[in-house]
Order: sequence, then C-alpha cells, then structure tokens
Amino acid sequence: MTAPSIETRDLTIRFGGHTAVNGVSCAFRPGELTVIVGPNGAGKTTYFSLMSGQLAPSEGAILKGGVDITRLSPSARAKAGIGRAFQLTNLFPKLSVLENVRLAVQARHGVGPRLFRPASAFREIADRAHEHLKATRLEEEADLPAAALPHGDQRKLEVALLLAMEPDIFMFDEPTAGMSVDEAPVILELIDEIRKDKSKTVLLVEHKMDVVRALADRIIVLHNGELVADGPPEEVIAMPIVREIYLGIPADEGEAA
Amino acid sequence: MTTIDLASAPQADPARRGRLIVYAVVLAIGLALAFAPFLFQDVRSSQVAARICVFIVLAASYDLLIGYTGIVSFAHTMFFGLGAYGAAIALKGMGPGWGAVILGGAAGVVTAIVLAVAIGVLSLRVKAIFFAMVTLAAASVMMVLASQFSDFTGGEDGIVYKAPDLFKPATKLLTDGDGKVLKLFGVSMNGKIAAYYFVFLSCLVLFFALMRIVRSPLGTVLEAIRENEMRAEAIGYRVVAYRTSVFVIAAVIAALAGTVWAVWLKYTGPETTLSFSIMIDILLMVVIGGMGTMVGAVIGVVLMSLAQFYLKDLMEVAAQSTSGVPLLPDLLEPDRWLLWLGVLFILLVYFFPAGIAGTLMRKGSH
Repeated sequence: MTAPSIETRDLTIRFGGHTAVNGVSCAFRPGELTVIVGPNGAGKTTYFSLMSGQLAPSEGAILKGGVDITRLSPSARAKAGIGRAFQLTNLFPKLSVLENVRLAVQARHGVGPRLFRPASAFREIADRAHEHLKATRLEEEADLPAAALPHGDQRKLEVALLLAMEPDIFMFDEPTAGMSVDEAPVILELIDEIRKDKSKTVLLVEHKMDVVRALADRIIVLHNGELVADGPPEEVIAMPIVREIYLGIPADEGEAA
Repeated sequence: MTTIDLASAPQADPARRGRLIVYAVVLAIGLALAFAPFLFQDVRSSQVAARICVFIVLAASYDLLIGYTGIVSFAHTMFFGLGAYGAAIALKGMGPGWGAVILGGAAGVVTAIVLAVAIGVLSLRVKAIFFAMVTLAAASVMMVLASQFSDFTGGEDGIVYKAPDLFKPATKLLTDGDGKVLKLFGVSMNGKIAAYYFVFLSCLVLFFALMRIVRSPLGTVLEAIRENEMRAEAIGYRVVAYRTSVFVIAAVIAALAGTVWAVWLKYTGPETTLSFSIMIDILLMVVIGGMGTMVGAVIGVVLMSLAQFYLKDLMEVAAQSTSGVPLLPDLLEPDRWLLWLGVLFILLVYFFPAGIAGTLMRKGSH
C-alpha cells in the first residue's frame, strides 16, 4: 500500500466541556476516495477544519506526507497542497466569479511582487481561471459578482476555487447540498475525474447514499466525534453500528452542523 | 442561465453610465488642477488647489486601507506628519535645498516604514477594533512627542523654513527678450508656478501609483481579504503579511504626500499635519467619495475642500441677498457654516450610501 498522504493521530478538539472530535486516528492515501459519513453534529466538518487549519486541535497531530503540520497556518497548509471546499458557501461576494477563481490560481502560481502591472495582464493566470470556470460550467457567469449567483452556482464556484488551488488533497464538504438534480452530476463527474488521478487524495462528506455508493472507495463513520467504522463501502454500510446510528435518520437528509 | 442574463442586463447600463459620469468628473477635476494656476489666479485659489492635490493622495492612500483592505486606522495623519516633519526639520537645519528635501523626506519615509511594520506586525492579528485603538494611541503619542520636543519640532508653533530656491517667487523660470519674467496667459512664469507644478506632478505620480496597485493582482487580494478574510487565508494568502504590507505601502505614500505638503507650505506644525481634525477630514472625504473606489477620493476631497474654503463665502452672499426676508438671513449667517456642512454630509451619506463614486458605479455589480 502507498504511504498516507495525510494522517491524523489521536486528533481531539474540545469546545468547553464538549468534545467535538475525539481521538480520531486515520490515514488517507493517494488514489483513494474516502467518504465520511455520520449524523448531524458527528464532527465531520470540525474534522475537516482541523485538517485544513481553521481550528487548532486540543490534542493529537496531523501529518502530511509524514511531516507534522499541526502547527501550520491555514495558508501554509493550502500552499502545502491541502485544499478544501466549504459546506456553507464561503466566497468573496462582491468580487466577480472570475476574480474569485483567479485569486485561487494566483495564490497557487504566484505573480511575484509586481505591484504596478494590471491583474488583467497576467494572461496565464486568467487562462487557468477560465479553464476551471469551464470545468464547473460557470463560464457565462464569469463577470457577475459571486453574490448575484443562484445557490447552486455558488456551490459550483466553491468547487471551482478548490480546483484552482490544485491541491494534492481535496476535501469536499457536501459539495452537492442544495444543488438541483441537473447541477449535481457536473460536480460528481468532476470528483470522479479527480479520483482517477492516482496521485490525488479525496475526502468527501456526503449524505446521499446513492452518491456514496457510486464514488466511495472507502467509508469512515464518525459518531459523537469518534471514529466508529472504517472500511470498504459494502462492509461499512452493512455494519450494525452504522445501521443503529442511522436508524430513524433518513440517509439522504441534509445536515446543518 | 438565461434568467441571470435577463436580470443583469437592465442593471448593467446605469452602472456603465455611472462609471462614465464618475470618470468624466474625475477627468474634469484633473484638468482643472492641471491648469489651476491659469484658471484661478489668486493666492487663495492656488492654496486650495495645492491642498486638493495633496489631500487626494492622502485620502486615496487611506482608501487603500479602509476601502480596499478593510483596515481601520487612525494613524494616517501620523505618517503624513512624519514625512512633513522630516522635510521641515531638514530644511530648517540644512537650509533650503533639494538635498534637505530628499534627506528629510527619506528620513520621514523610513520612520514611517519602521512604525508601520511595528504596528502591523504587533497588532494586525487582533480584531479590527483593537487595531483601530492601537493606531489611535500611536497617533496620540506622536502628537505629544511633536509638542514636547519643541527644540526639534517647534512644539505647538511648528517650524517655519524656506523651500528650495526654485520655488522662490523671484525665480524666473522663463524670461522674455528683456530678461524679465515671461507671462503666459497673464501668469508669471516664476517660482510660485514651479512650486504648484511640483505639488501637482508629485501628487499625480503618487495617485497613479495607487491606481496601478489596486488594479494589480495585489489589489484583488486586498479586496478578497476585506470580503472574506478566512477564505483568503484558506486559499493560501497570509492575511497578516498582506495587511502589514498594505499598511506599510499606505504609510509610505502618506509620508511622501507629507513631504510635498511641507515643501509647498514652508511651514509644518501639528495643525497642518498631525491633528485629528485632519484625520477626520480624510475619513469623511473617503466615505463621501466612495470607499474602495480610489477615484472616490478625488471627488470627496474636492467637495470637502471646496465646502471648507468657500461655503462661508457662499453663505455670506446668500445671507445678504435674503436680508429682507425674516429668519433666513439668521440661518444663513456665515458663522453657521459648520452646521450647513454637517447637514450637507448627512444628505450626501443618505442619498449616496456607498459614497458618490461608489453609488454611481455600483461597485457591487461590476
């Protein structure tokens, strides 16, 4: 088996008396798409925030390619190849769709300290940004401010930003939530494309069981902040504990946490 | 997709027209400033024109902070003062000359950089409100220092000195056949005109530098930080480093504007550079013009300066012409000009919530 690209060891975070993520040790490998499931408040989004650096753990460590990155800032982790799309749309609302994506491309490729050259003169950056807009079917909306997009398109832009970061590790937090039936396949196909690239690691929080079945190479289950199951899809779905957790909770219902 | 096109189409036109209006007004202001010595030939007008030039740079560099990056600072006049005092002290100590201007200006700029880096690194991590308080404290300390070290700074009285010889009224830039000062369109080509064009051109260069910066990739990053700091960090931008850099850039430009101002005024004191009333003026100029637009600074500065210099005169005329009517002359009494200035501000903010340029250009839907 290939070496893990990202790994958490005894990762724990407490908010006051509440332990949101409790001693999660888990390794993710390139070429593998892991779906993270669990009921509302299981700690899935918090687990993502710990890996991408928005939250600092109370205990435990995060390793990328064997290197401890627990203390790195979110921007340093982004530079190190950890990319995340957010569950609640998290864009630059007054900037145009193109500018949103260009920012991510620019962060990845750098433009140097050239203060006096107009942004539009950096053709390569703009070309790359357009490619990502094309991939997410947002080309026609390029000049609209992000805030003017309908919800489904904002979700697509969220994914476009992640693509533009060109990470090794892709973290999708319910990428298709709130998307219409004809929009979701665009994003799912994109995720499938990424999965085919064996150098990339994909982590996906998802509730819709059909999506989980279609994409997952592996499923891990979080419950009350703890890792309760980990394995191939059929095996995990069949586990009694999983059935117990999901009992009475329709698997395709959205999550607010 | 078609619904979006339909929704955006009717809205695009007023935005474009608004932008055209704004750019036309700014161009007109620029031309008026470029030919100010020929258009307005009295001493007071040249003073107003020079102040407008310097304050456009000062307000525009403040817009880089507050409008583009979302940094609230009250130390902008401190940096302005550093540049002015640097030049003033050098001109006083070394006598008039370009060496003194350059050396003093450079000393002011270096001090501004050091202070901006220190304030930035130490406090741009904290919440915006605390940062604003830190800058307020720093600016207060600088004012106290300026008044306490009176041997050096002239205290409350400030420093009077001579500008480089080129700017002396007796200097002949161009002479006619008899060796007298040449007059072009009734304006003597003497040192005063050289001084004005020194101010105008320096400010033009600084303003264009600012325009280039906000249109560069850095400008977009600054806007991104203002819009969503957390996401900017998440896609790989070191927000604190960017904030500190822009704070330093704005400080350097403010200091350079201060040096130009000091050379023009031939006097530097707390009231012309460091005072909080100037800080409030700059803030109002940016808000009235339109935060985050750069060109808004031009409009805001011109409106405020004209109101500050000429509203009183206008009211005098109005009070006299309405002297037969009851009550009105009392209301229009020139001493009440500040009241009317206040009313004007409230109306402007009410009708142009995003500032004049900001509202006309609808930055939100560009």
